[in-house]
Amino acid sequence: MKAPVEGTTEASADGTAEGTGGRGRVRRRTVRAYGLAVAFLVAAVLVGAMAGAADLNPLATAAALLDRLPFVHLPGGLSPLDRAVLFQIRLPRVVLAALVGGALSLSGAGYQGVFRNPLVDSSLLGASAGAGLGATLAIVAMGGVNAQTLPVAAFVGSLAGVACAYLAGASGGPGTSTLLLAGLAVSMFLTAVQTYVLQRSTQDIQQVYSWLLGSLSAATWHQSVQILPYLAVSTAVVLLHGRHLDVLSVGDEEARSLGLRPARIRLAVVAGCALAAASAVAVSGLIGFVGLVVPHAVRRLAGTSYRLVLPLSLLFGAGFLVLADTLARTVVAPAELPIGVVTALVGSPAFVWILRSTRAVRT
Amino acid sequence: MAQRRLVRSVATAAAALAALAAVSGCSSSGSGSAAPSASTSASSAAAASFPVTVTPSNGKVTVKARPQHIVSLSPTATEDLYAVGAGKQVVAVDSTSDYPKGAPVTSLSGLTPNVEAIVKYSPDLVVASQDSGGLVAGLQKLGVPVMIEPAAATLDDAYAQIEQIGQATGHATEATATVAGMKSQIAATVKQVGAAHADLGYYWELSANPYYSATSKTFVGQVVSLFGLKNIADKADKASDGGYPQLSAEYVVSAQPQLIFLTDNGASDGGQTPAVVAARPGWSGIPAVKKDQVVGLDDDIASRWGPRLPQLVAEIAQAVEKAPTK
Repeated sequence: MKAPVEGTTEASADGTAEGTGGRGRVRRRTVRAYGLAVAFLVAAVLVGAMAGAADLNPLATAAALLDRLPFVHLPGGLSPLDRAVLFQIRLPRVVLAALVGGALSLSGAGYQGVFRNPLVDSSLLGASAGAGLGATLAIVAMGGVNAQTLPVAAFVGSLAGVACAYLAGASGGPGTSTLLLAGLAVSMFLTAVQTYVLQRSTQDIQQVYSWLLGSLSAATWHQSVQILPYLAVSTAVVLLHGRHLDVLSVGDEEARSLGLRPARIRLAVVAGCALAAASAVAVSGLIGFVGLVVPHAVRRLAGTSYRLVLPLSLLFGAGFLVLADTLARTVVAPAELPIGVVTALVGSPAFVWILRSTRAVRT
Repeated sequence: MAQRRLVRSVATAAAALAALAAVSGCSSSGSGSAAPSASTSASSAAAASFPVTVTPSNGKVTVKARPQHIVSLSPTATEDLYAVGAGKQVVAVDSTSDYPKGAPVTSLSGLTPNVEAIVKYSPDLVVASQDSGGLVAGLQKLGVPVMIEPAAATLDDAYAQIEQIGQATGHATEATATVAGMKSQIAATVKQVGAAHADLGYYWELSANPYYSATSKTFVGQVVSLFGLKNIADKADKASDGGYPQLSAEYVVSAQPQLIFLTDNGASDGGQTPAVVAARPGWSGIPAVKKDQVVGLDDDIASRWGPRLPQLVAEIAQAVEKAPTK
């Protein structure tokens, strides 16, 4: 399998007809994948904005949305109350779902690249366990959910969990399995502490579990604004390392021979992924499944190069969580389902379908 | 040799039992003499009625003699016990039993009960609201009667539990009087408010993020229904068999409730004060917020089904009376 690929690379370097054809094919595929991802995200956001428990008129809603675009003036038929529902409750939630979904998927894809392991996701290396402990401590210490301290505690806890795992595992020699195992140990330890704290303070159990299950139901514009800077930095860091991850996927030796420093790349990507995941967790709690599955679905669509997998995971992950959250708040409207139930219940069969209906690709 | 040792150990056990009986006899007579005013009339009347058999949710339970060492693992049961006059017989209550003041609060837990820790108080009756961690089976092995008095489904359930606790502790008469008093207080409050505010829509908030509510089917829903109010969560009834659906914020806003009751307003219950609710994005358009009809309730009273129910009804009545008539 390897020989023809190398042949193509050489040919393209020579500028022969065959090489340009191959490169053109790749470019067409890239453009198609990006187009699909953007269309998916836009469609998801539109569906999310139109659907909801409040029964807004879809036409009037569309008009009200278009009215917000520059140079468009459409005095829609939405009442002030409906406008408040749309712009202050529904849209912030759609936007936050997109940010969180994108962050979790990007983080999962980045970790899968760093560890060359298809089973890891954004909860890795003590990130979720640390956030859980941070949130539990905040809820117990403040005697309840506090909108100011809880996100900060979850954010700090998540980053601290990853830092502990990294310090514990990074010195264990070359390769990544020591780091993964250290992460497992740190996660278990933090979860044990969290369970113990919770056991000591049983009156907070309901609030802690609500948080652990993950939710976007009280989303505000403020939350999106709060996490945006962290997401921007982490996304930039991770996306800039796509090419490096591609080289690393061949092996540390090969990467070194090309003048790269694997340990430094890993540190940078892990830091970026941890920051993205921590920002998401801070505002949404622990939403599972997204960070694991979206990158795999993306590989089926666009191949294994991290230069594509990373940005496409960001876009598809954003659209996926917007759709999942839209289902969560409309299926049993006016009641809601926990978002984690939807991501796993709808996402798992969809994922199996993707696995079976497309050709296998190596992670 | 072996036989003699067996005989000796049996004898030791018998002596120990006798000593134990003497001690417990002493302590019971001691507590009786210490509190003659509370128990003389009742105990003389009730003395004849033991052993008594009651039927809580865990089936028939026989209490052989008037219990003197009661352990309560449920805050509601603790309130019930004190309300019927059995407070002097209570030796330990769980860590969440914060009312009435002066109840012997311990570190015992009703959620994750530890049978050995409970037995340390040598109870002759244990009352709990749920049978978790093998509580009933564990105590039955030791011959300790256990009553499971779960969250009441209706007001009548709540009254029945109080009467049952009265019977099992030798305070049947006081319990009947307690229940009669509660009924008449509640009836008077409801009558005073009248029907002028019926059909107003209300939203009952158990928690924010996510927003959990209670339908008319639930215990608190029935309590509010006494005033004829309409519950906005009823439309979400099909989504939750237990009657506690998670509601979309946009639905709460578009349902336009005229009254909002918060049971998550206490600092330790979520801190969702009326001011916090008013500041939620989009919520300022709700009539209840505009007209200052967001009411923080005492969560302890609102989440229990004990003798302080008339207080809950009064808190609700106060808000309903202030609400504009339709």
